[in-house]
Amino acid sequence: MSAHDASAGFEELALPLFDSLYNFAHWLTQNRDEAEDLVQETYVKALKGFGTFQPGTNFRAWIFRILRNTFLTSRTGLAASRTVPLESNNDDEPEQTVAISRETPESILLAEASQQQVQAALEQVPVLYREVLLLCDVEEMSYQEIADTLTVPIGTVMSRLYRARKALRATLAGKMTEAKHA
Amino acid sequence: MPDDRWQPKLDQYLDSELSAEEMRQMDAHLRECASCASDALRRLQLKRATRLAGQRYAPSAEFRRRIEKQVAAKGRPARRWLWIPALASLVVLLAAVVTVGRWYERSRSQQLLAELADLHVADLASPTPVDVVSSDRHTVKPWFQGKLPFTFDLPELEGTGYKLVGGRVAYLEHEPGAELLFDVGAHHISVFIFRDRPEIERVFPAHESKVRVLSFHVESWAAGGLRYFAFSDASPEAIEGLCRLLKQAGA
Repeated sequence: MSAHDASAGFEELALPLFDSLYNFAHWLTQNRDEAEDLVQETYVKALKGFGTFQPGTNFRAWIFRILRNTFLTSRTGLAASRTVPLESNNDDEPEQTVAISRETPESILLAEASQQQVQAALEQVPVLYREVLLLCDVEEMSYQEIADTLTVPIGTVMSRLYRARKALRATLAGKMTEAKHA
Repeated sequence: MPDDRWQPKLDQYLDSELSAEEMRQMDAHLRECASCASDALRRLQLKRATRLAGQRYAPSAEFRRRIEKQVAAKGRPARRWLWIPALASLVVLLAAVVTVGRWYERSRSQQLLAELADLHVADLASPTPVDVVSSDRHTVKPWFQGKLPFTFDLPELEGTGYKLVGGRVAYLEHEPGAELLFDVGAHHISVFIFRDRPEIERVFPAHESKVRVLSFHVESWAAGGLRYFAFSDASPEAIEGLCRLLKQAGA
């Protein structure tokens, strides 16, 4: 394949993911300029390494992995990775889900929560959990794609998702209670 | 209390990560177990809220142009062949625009269907799934007068195997519509009726379509400026039978 063919193939695969990559980058960095730098660097690295990409494998997981690894080595990423939730120490172990009391008015809280409140709660969830929520619920990646993106086993994806949703629910419930008492 | 055998698999069920057989078993369990159904609803609400809240940031037009230029420039082989990559870029860009447009429409249609699936599941989990309770179409239809900016016709169901349970006002993206609940055997079918708006037409261009959402069968069609969606875990044939009666009534 010539360099030109490779570039055309790259554009065809990579440009449709531009909006998703930017949204993910902005959620990770929480800053427009840093998100732009991160996406730009991702495209440079991906184009450079496109020769190593195996056609027929998952391009989306491949380029999201580049973005995420680039973020982890950035100043913001290094700072974020130091803020690891305590619970994540055992995230290779399958999570034992615990039934939540039927009396918990979560359905009501969620139904009443505004999009801004959910966004604010998502911002406060640690990056380790935020990224898995975004890949699963926003990008609608399968567990296998998420595992490929984060380079972790599927069991880890499942336990992180469980903890991430639990953390998001708790943060959101806190925000709703605060709003009610304000 | 939610059933310990099924509750740990609820997230995988809602993330479509169970096998087809397990999905069927979970469908059957949720019909029987109000506690797990309620838990599933709670998780579905959180998943949907996360999806909507997560689609937050859009790149600037200037940044988009910069990336497109950067990506296109890397593949430029020689100046005398400048027009070739330029043309290729244009074609790729057009393809990208079409692809992004299609992706957006697919994503929008999934969002609309997910919203309707939420309504369907939430109503079935509710102790009062309908606000007007009657099997008489001459009671249910007039109940919507003054509540909706349109009207619709309901078929006579005597002897068809279908039973009208009642209805309520539902909202899809802040637009009011009718939600009608029907029974067929042990299954429930929710039929949603909304004004057919350009935004809905764009994501459901087909006059009629049949899809699956979270294992629910969904049949959708447009008629008389209205858009109908029928949701159920009943067989596609059972849904199709009710849809046929509704289409005949509206014809």
